[in-house]
Amino acid sequence: MSTTSSAPGVETHIHRDDEGSRLGMWLFLFTELLLFGGMFLVYAVYKFTHAEEFHLAAKELNTLFGALNTIILLTSSLTMVLAIVAIKRGQKYLSLFFQLMTLAMALGFLVNKYFEWMAKISHGIYPGSEQLLEKSNGEILFFGLYYVMTGLHGLHIVIGMAVIAYMTWFTWKDKINQDQYVRLESAGLYWHLVDIIWIFLFPLFYLIS
Amino acid sequence: MSSSTNDVNVSYLDYKGKHSGLLGWILSVDHKRIGILYLISMMVFFTVGVTFGFLMRLELIAPGRTIVDPQTYNSFFTLHGIIMIFLFIIPGLPAVFGNFFLPIMIGAADVAFPRLNLLSWWLFIIGGLLAIISVFLPGGAPDTGWTFYIPYSVRTTTNVIPALIAAFILGFSSILTGLNFVVTVHRLRAPGMTFFKMPLFIWSLYSTAWIQVLATPIIGITLLLVVAERTLSVGIFDPALGGDPVLFQHLFWIYSHPAVYIMILPAMGVVSEIIPVFSQRTIFGYKFIAFSSLAIAFLGSLVWAHHMFTAGMSGVAMIVFSVLTFLVSIPSAIKVFNWVSTLYKGSILTDPPLLFALGFIFLFSIGGFTGLIQGALSVNLHIHDTSFIVAHFHYVMFGGTGFGIFAAMHYWWPKMFGRMYNKVVAKTGFWVLFVGFNLLYFPMFVMGWLGMPRRYYDYLPEFQIYHMLSTVGSWILITGLLIMFINLFNALKNGKKVTEENIWNGETLEWSTPTPPFLFNFKEAPTVESGPYEYKRNEVSETEVKEEKV
Repeated sequence: MSTTSSAPGVETHIHRDDEGSRLGMWLFLFTELLLFGGMFLVYAVYKFTHAEEFHLAAKELNTLFGALNTIILLTSSLTMVLAIVAIKRGQKYLSLFFQLMTLAMALGFLVNKYFEWMAKISHGIYPGSEQLLEKSNGEILFFGLYYVMTGLHGLHIVIGMAVIAYMTWFTWKDKINQDQYVRLESAGLYWHLVDIIWIFLFPLFYLIS
Repeated sequence: MSSSTNDVNVSYLDYKGKHSGLLGWILSVDHKRIGILYLISMMVFFTVGVTFGFLMRLELIAPGRTIVDPQTYNSFFTLHGIIMIFLFIIPGLPAVFGNFFLPIMIGAADVAFPRLNLLSWWLFIIGGLLAIISVFLPGGAPDTGWTFYIPYSVRTTTNVIPALIAAFILGFSSILTGLNFVVTVHRLRAPGMTFFKMPLFIWSLYSTAWIQVLATPIIGITLLLVVAERTLSVGIFDPALGGDPVLFQHLFWIYSHPAVYIMILPAMGVVSEIIPVFSQRTIFGYKFIAFSSLAIAFLGSLVWAHHMFTAGMSGVAMIVFSVLTFLVSIPSAIKVFNWVSTLYKGSILTDPPLLFALGFIFLFSIGGFTGLIQGALSVNLHIHDTSFIVAHFHYVMFGGTGFGIFAAMHYWWPKMFGRMYNKVVAKTGFWVLFVGFNLLYFPMFVMGWLGMPRRYYDYLPEFQIYHMLSTVGSWILITGLLIMFINLFNALKNGKKVTEENIWNGETLEWSTPTPPFLFNFKEAPTVESGPYEYKRNEVSETEVKEEKV
């Protein structure tokens, strides 16, 4: 599509509007919050009805793993911000470096998560397992929610990585540059959302023991 | 692609872009072409939905087995519901006429995110096809009803998962459309087009878009949780593992009740457009209609539990939800009164669009009042899960939104395609449809009141007379639909050519574009100075008349 205006004052279909793009991204983040909001609601209900058993089940989770992942994710948010600041100043390679750092930490988070899940599964704690079904209803619900919520969050990490990788490619090709960086900003917003959801997941699953 | 000044000043129908033929349509980012894509796909799904409805009614013409076995009948009403709700009524007005006319009516060249717009159509098609495919996969067509109530939706062996994923994808498509519209309204209004100079159809689309953005994610996660429940048995909704099925109902209706306002609000917007044009008067109470759209969107989000009065809730909660349900009828009534007041002393032209709009007001009022009856706690316990509910729902959704869609078709068809349909046939179609509609659904009120449960395959002989009337009504209704659609589609080929810009003497911006609109809608970017329904000519002539008398 050509971006030159074709008739006086009439824009072509695709036009540049950074303010509009930001507004759209914020609305999208809102829908993501509501998506997780539905799950937090379910969590709240069952935490209320099965408080004791949730407490008991949370002891099975490894707080060290969780804390480590929290630190990794928070730091990756920082590098994301730095990547945006760098591109605003026209420092392309610095921005690329920080974007790759962000990607590396996201990968680190997933690796960590993988070992954590595998440890649980090898102990026979996963949805529908015999060992889990022997436990009380509250514990079954806790682990059901644990796998679904951290799983969905993990999926968001993967999507976030794909988006950031795409942005890195754009930065490399100079499609994202000092004048046009709204896409990188939007990707950053998405990454912060993934981060903030984890900040709520961490205490709800690891710290209530 | 080169774009000189010349080759964009052609009708969007004739424009030759990068792709030609079919690809020029299914890869187009032009909001008008996407609107037409939605129109075609929606009509296909509507035909399928009507067929299921027709077969269901045919089965019910006599007690016992008539044409199909009970399991097939269960699939019929499930698919009828899923298709009609997710593939016809929800996208009907926003995605078809919203896409086509929202940018034009605010004086823009396109929506804010044209590529996202095309993506949402593709998601719509993928979701729709998945829903259809779920019928034919081994395992059998889904039989849960469109509500996917737990625990049956976890226990049944039919293809529930494809249907759930289809609904999830369709929800995503709906969110993207809503998001696009909110940003478009905020960012792309023409110079001078303040919020209070926006046409009321835009106000209703704007309110709808907010519900789409805010409510749909909840159903998304709920459906995903049911998928997780079926595949992994995580226990969140399964009572055997400590889960709570009533929680599913809450989450389901937190979306699905606001969703009925996604369905009805744009139709109200269409009626608000048509009434002033065909009575050639300024709309009565513009701001009240605009704000009542927002009020419906807001209050409508707080009434979901009135679907669950028999599911087990505290008495206080039931009273609160009942009161809120009554409250939501106030903004709806404000609209009806304003429309009727606009008609009063207007110079009314009974063209087909107005007939359908009046049909809307009449049928929607019946649907609305019976909604109040159901909102009352004591009565609700009596008529819960009877065909009274089915009748109410169809009066609001088909008599309301359905007729709204038909009104929009007759109103904007000449603008969209540059062809005029046969008005006499259109009016005939309306009356056949109107008679068939009432014969089909009114007996359901009566038998529901007498205790006929909904979704039942078999019934007691005393209900047969009502079922018989209803089934005959369905035949008349389908005849009406055929007359209407054949007339409209025939017009595309053989209808009289329309080239004048403003055939109905409307004052909104779409009537100042060429017919059919150019690729970027306007010849010159418009500037707005007056409100959307200011019929100055009439006022002038009235003063002239007075002067003559003096």
